[in-house]
Amino acid sequence: MNTQPVSVERKQEEPINFVKVEESRKFKNFMHAKKKFIVPLTIFFLVFYFTLPILTSYTTFLNAPFFGDISWVWVFAISQFIMTWVLSTIYVKKANRFDEMAEEIVKEQLDKGGNH
Amino acid sequence: MNLTYFLFFICIVVCTLIITYWAAKRSVTTNIFYTAAGSLTGFQNGMAIAGDFISAASFLGIVGTIAFSGYDGFLYSIGFLVSYLVVLFLIAEPVHRLGKYSLGDVICSRFPGSSMRLIMAFGAFTISILYMIPQLVASGFLLRLLLDIDYSVSVLVIGSLMTIYVMFGGMIATSWVQIVKTIVLMSGTFLLSLIVLSNYNWNVPAIISDVKERSPLGEYFFHPGHLFDSPIELISLQLALILGTAGLPHILIRLFTVKNTFEVRRSLLSATWIIGTFYLMTLILGLGTIAFLGYEALAATDSTGNLAAPLLAQAVGGDFLLAFISAVAFTTIVAVVAGLVISATTAFSHDIYHMIWKKGKSTEKEQLYAARWTALAIGLLSTVFALRLETMNVTFLVSMTFIVAASSIFPVLLFTIYWKRFNRTGVVAGMFCGLIASLLLLVLGPHIMDTENGLIARDAIIPLYNPGIIAIPIGFLGAFLGAFLSGGQAKKEASYYAFFKKAQTGSRSRSDAS
Repeated sequence: MNTQPVSVERKQEEPINFVKVEESRKFKNFMHAKKKFIVPLTIFFLVFYFTLPILTSYTTFLNAPFFGDISWVWVFAISQFIMTWVLSTIYVKKANRFDEMAEEIVKEQLDKGGNH
Repeated sequence: MNLTYFLFFICIVVCTLIITYWAAKRSVTTNIFYTAAGSLTGFQNGMAIAGDFISAASFLGIVGTIAFSGYDGFLYSIGFLVSYLVVLFLIAEPVHRLGKYSLGDVICSRFPGSSMRLIMAFGAFTISILYMIPQLVASGFLLRLLLDIDYSVSVLVIGSLMTIYVMFGGMIATSWVQIVKTIVLMSGTFLLSLIVLSNYNWNVPAIISDVKERSPLGEYFFHPGHLFDSPIELISLQLALILGTAGLPHILIRLFTVKNTFEVRRSLLSATWIIGTFYLMTLILGLGTIAFLGYEALAATDSTGNLAAPLLAQAVGGDFLLAFISAVAFTTIVAVVAGLVISATTAFSHDIYHMIWKKGKSTEKEQLYAARWTALAIGLLSTVFALRLETMNVTFLVSMTFIVAASSIFPVLLFTIYWKRFNRTGVVAGMFCGLIASLLLLVLGPHIMDTENGLIARDAIIPLYNPGIIAIPIGFLGAFLGAFLSGGQAKKEASYYAFFKKAQTGSRSRSDAS
C-alpha cells in the first residue's frame, strides 16, 4: 500500500474513517497546537481592543499627557495599530508550521483512508 | 469642468477600460470569471482587498470626521483595521479551504442542499446590494461637488463603468482595478501627507497647536467624547466594526482568488499593512485640514466634512492637486462598487442560477452567459435605484452594512466552521434573526424615526444610531438556540469530522482536486 501513488479518484471512492483520524494522536496534537496559539491571542486582541472605548467612556485618566501635547489615549489608539501588525505578522510566521503539520496528516492518514 | 480634471478623469477611465479589455480576453471559464482562477499572488490580493475595503466613506468621510470631531473620528479607523485580525485568525483559511466561488459553497460543504445555499446566497446578495446603493448615491453627490457635473450623470458614469468591468472582465478586471486604485490612493494620500508635514517644516507640535487654536473644540479636540452621545453607542459601533468585516461577502470572496492558504495569509498581512498605513495618513490629513483651513472654512463649504481632503489638497497644492485628489476619490469609488457587483453577481449566478435552479448541471458556456447577464442586470438596477434615491439621505446604510454582516453572516460562518453541534436549523435561525433584528432596529431607530427630519416623524423607539450591540447578540443567540433546541446531531458526527478535517487541514480541497 505504501508503494502505490495515491490518486484523487481512489480517495473519493473509498470512505475515509474520519473518526479515526480525529482520534489520532497527530491530529489531536495539531488541533491542540493550533488552539493553544489562536485562542489566547484572539482573547487578547479582543480585550485589548474593547479596553480602549471602555476606558475612555467611563474614566478620564487616559487624558493625562504622555509626552508634550500627546495624551495616553493616543498612545493606546496607535498601539492598536501596532498590535494588529505584530499579531498578524506572528500569525503568518506561525501558521506556516501548521500548514506543514496539516500536510503530514493529509498525506499519512486521510489519503490512506484514515486506517493508519 | 476644466481641462486638468478632464485629463485625469479620462486617464483613469481609459486605463481601467484597457485592463477590462485585457481581462475580458482571458475570462473564458467560470473559474477565471469568479476567482481569476486563484492566479493572484498574496501581495496583489492584499492590495486588491485594501482596494475593495477602503471606500470613499473611509477616505473622505474619516478625514472629515477627524477634522470635525478629533479623536473620535479616529475610532472608525481602529475598528476597521483590528477587524482584519478576526478575519485572519478565525475565518480566512477555513473559508478558502471550504469554498470554491462563493460563501454558499462554504456552507454547503458542511450542510449540502439547496435551502442552505439559498439562505447564504440571499444573505450575501442582500448585504452587497445594501452596501452598493448608498455608495452609488454618495458618489453621485461627491462627483457633483468635486467636478461640478450633474448628479444623474455622475451616477450613470460610475454605474456603467462598474457594470462594464464586471460583465466583461469578471474577477480579473475587478481585482486589477482595485490594485490600481490602491496604488493611486496610497500615493495620493502619501503625497498629500508629505506636503502637509513639509508645510509645517515637519514640526508636529506646531500642527497640534494650530489644530487646538483653529478647532472650536480647542484642546479637547484630542480628547475622546465628542461624537457619541453615550458609551453604549460608542461600544456598539466598535463591536459592529470589529466583527463586521468577517461577514462582508465582497471581502471574503477575495480569499478565493489566491491558490493556497499561504497566499491567503500573505494577502491579509499585506492588507493590514496597507490599510493601517492608510488610516495613519488620514489622521495626518484630518489634523492638517483643521490646522490649514480652520473649522469655519470647512463647515462653510460642506457641513458633512466629506470635502475635507479635497479642500486641503486645494489649499496646499492648488487646482492641480485638487484635480489629482478628485481623481483618486473617483477611482476609490469605482473599485469598491465593482467589488460589490461581482460579489452580488456570484451569489446570484453561481449559487442561485447554476447550483439551485439548474441543479449544478448547466455548462460552462451557460454559466458564463448567466454571470455576464446577471452582472448587467445588477448594474442596471442599482444604477436606476441610485438615480431615484437622489433626494433621500441613505449614507447611514453604509454603517448599517457592518451591523447586518456581523449579526447574520458572521455568526453563521463562525458556528459552521467551529461548532460541532451546529446544524441546518441554526443556519436558518442565525441568518434570519440577524437580518431581521438589524433591519428592525434600523427602522425603529433614530435614522428613520426622528421628530424633525426622519421618514417617520416621531421619537425613536430604540434610540441607538448604532444598534449593533443589540442586533449582533440576537444573531448569535438565534444561531445558537436554533441549533441547540433542534438537536439531533449525534449520529452525524462522522460527517462533521470529515468537514472539520477539510476546514483545518485542507484535505480534498481545491489543491487536491486540480
